[in-house]
Amino acid sequence: MAIKDLPIEECYIPGSAACPGCPATMALRIVYKALGKNTVKIVPACCTAVIESLHPYTSFDIPTMNIAFEAAAAGASGVEAGFRMQGKTDITVVAWAGDGGTYDIGIQALSGALERNTNFIYICYNNEIYSNTGIQRSGATPYGAWTTTTVSGKTEFRKEMGEIIQAHHIPYAAQACIAYPEDLFKKLQKAKIIHGPRYIEIMAPCPPGWRFPMEKTVEMGTMAVETGAWALYEVENDKVTFNGRSKLIMEGKVERKPIEDWIKYQGRFRHLFKPKKDIKRIKAIEDHIDQMWERYRKCYL
Amino acid sequence: MTEVMIDTGNYIAAKAAVMCKPDVVAAYPITPQTTLVEGIAKYLATGEYKGEYICVESEHSAMAACIGASATGVRTFTGTSSHGLLLMHEMLHWAALARLPVIMCNINRVVGPGWNIWADENDSISQRDTGWIQFYCSSNQEIFDTIIQSFKLGEHEKISLPVMISYNAFILSHTSMPVFVPNQKDVDAFLPNRAPKWKLDPDNPITFGNIILPAEYEKVRLDMQKSHEYAKKLILEISKEWKQRFGRYHGDLLEFYKCDGADYILLSMGAIGAESKAAIDNLRKEGLKFGLARVRCFRPFPKEEILKLSKKADLIVIDRNISPGMEGALFTEVKASLYDNTDAKVCGFIAGLGGKDVPFGDIEKMCKKVINGKARHIEWFGLEGV
Amino acid sequence: MKKYDVVTTISYPKKGAMGKTGNWRVFRPILDKDKCVKCLRCWIFCPEATITRHKDDSVDIDYVYCKGCGICADVCKVKAIILEREGKKK
Repeated sequence: MAIKDLPIEECYIPGSAACPGCPATMALRIVYKALGKNTVKIVPACCTAVIESLHPYTSFDIPTMNIAFEAAAAGASGVEAGFRMQGKTDITVVAWAGDGGTYDIGIQALSGALERNTNFIYICYNNEIYSNTGIQRSGATPYGAWTTTTVSGKTEFRKEMGEIIQAHHIPYAAQACIAYPEDLFKKLQKAKIIHGPRYIEIMAPCPPGWRFPMEKTVEMGTMAVETGAWALYEVENDKVTFNGRSKLIMEGKVERKPIEDWIKYQGRFRHLFKPKKDIKRIKAIEDHIDQMWERYRKCYL
Repeated sequence: MTEVMIDTGNYIAAKAAVMCKPDVVAAYPITPQTTLVEGIAKYLATGEYKGEYICVESEHSAMAACIGASATGVRTFTGTSSHGLLLMHEMLHWAALARLPVIMCNINRVVGPGWNIWADENDSISQRDTGWIQFYCSSNQEIFDTIIQSFKLGEHEKISLPVMISYNAFILSHTSMPVFVPNQKDVDAFLPNRAPKWKLDPDNPITFGNIILPAEYEKVRLDMQKSHEYAKKLILEISKEWKQRFGRYHGDLLEFYKCDGADYILLSMGAIGAESKAAIDNLRKEGLKFGLARVRCFRPFPKEEILKLSKKADLIVIDRNISPGMEGALFTEVKASLYDNTDAKVCGFIAGLGGKDVPFGDIEKMCKKVINGKARHIEWFGLEGV
Repeated sequence: MKKYDVVTTISYPKKGAMGKTGNWRVFRPILDKDKCVKCLRCWIFCPEATITRHKDDSVDIDYVYCKGCGICADVCKVKAIILEREGKKK
């Protein structure tokens, strides 16, 4: 599949409240292209609740229901049941949440909906922070990263949400990244026709949140994958397949790039380089990624 | 054909809910609500309930799921109690502001700590300002009738608001009483299908609940207030229609009992409201002119009717709840209804907190204390003075 | 589009729901159609959907709403899009 194979039709309407260079709208465009107009989306508190724009207008051409921060998956369970009871089983129900609403406050409702076998797609766009509220630490924030609540760098490593999701043994789960739209599109297409709970997480580098120039969103996504900080994979009925660059890293066909190649361009890690290089903490990040890949290889290769 | 069903408040509530044919029920168990949702699960197993029952992982999710389902245009029902209701609090506001008529039973139970599962109204009273219409029932028959009435009320085009039907833990929820159950055809004739005011629909891609500026938000609140005001009229009409169709009447906003010629009118809610009738009978036998105005609907609050009562009698209020730092919530509301328009005296009692029994004898004692001029403005029955 | 008769936050789709966001722009992407190889990277990565894709896979920029993030220029492998400061004197 090439970029030109992606449909022209747009359900994201220009002129929204999104920041310039926003990864969320970039991802949303692909989501809409893959899932089509017969889709209903449930959005908890997250950047998208702002991106929608101001009442009485919206920048989305897909019915969208805002719901409380921790309630996306539960709301989606209700929406799905409501449509099913009316025989409208052809509608794709999507919960679209940030990492805060997924890893932290929404994890209970998410786990419940997965366990209940709710027939929906849960998509987490992960920018590794509470960006909408002004860049606070979340369970997805990587070790060492500055946020407004981890002023000298986060002292804990992020959760591995993918593995938490896998423990639910749902029919389809995947990790994708905004820098790889064809991969994301394919995963969404695949997810669309599967029955039951599906989970897709999209790495979404945030220019104001990570402190990088707004034209670098795609590059930051590419480097997240090339350094191995983020892996592209999918899980179909417990069978894990790594995709694209991550597959090559997994199979040892390419070396993952040093983490420095990614973090040195992000202001959130500046304190690890200035005034002097914090070799210990940079190594800790590197080691953590090594451990993650070691675990991946042990489990899935 | 009307049948008589002898069962507990919760099983009666389950029966009423299922007869309203909700498309989606989402619920999480909590004592003393459990037998209500177990009742619905049983009807699901027998095929009498044909909707979806979502066994969610928390009350917060129960209300979120009801909101989601209701937003697709279908009929929804749930039930909870105490801590479950408190966990729902955020979503209660959400349902009301979204104008989604979710119907819910709340079994009034003590809020912990310490753990205590008996009757106390502090759980639902502390949801007073969520925008929900709130009924308090005093018998199993009233629970049954009010649930069906509530679907009609909440889903009415001029209301479109969620409705909470509260009743006391164990005193009603786990006590069997005979209840007249009409046949399904008659319930269907009374309760029209839901015609949603808005819904999620791929053919009409609206966004619900995005950022709204102050001036527009204020209009949303005003409209909600107007609907509550309209509900006062509609509750009267629905109660009247119910009486015509089914021959039963529990009052509308208030239930009046022996108020004619009364010098003193007692105001109370829920099970204490029922118990008060026995007290009134005994006091009347002694020649003491007491009447009862049982507050059936707490939101919208029947302030006009209460003001009218105060023109002919002094008022006594019993609250099975407390707003710490102030007084019983009903007492506050009653006084606010009278402000500057009456000379009536109002006395308030706090009684039955933590599920403490409030028998009619105690209610009589409270009333007599007021007659004797010994009652203070507000007092805790059994703990202070009486 | 059906309008619902209910007073709550119901919003309807509109281009420029936040106004003409082209006003946000500091740098203006300039497309050189002669250099363009129609790879569509600018189109697919534009966060604002303001790169218009035509049937022949040529593209145009919708300056009314383009926020000027510069991603199109950054992802263009043949440098067919460059950024120019808005208001720069020719």
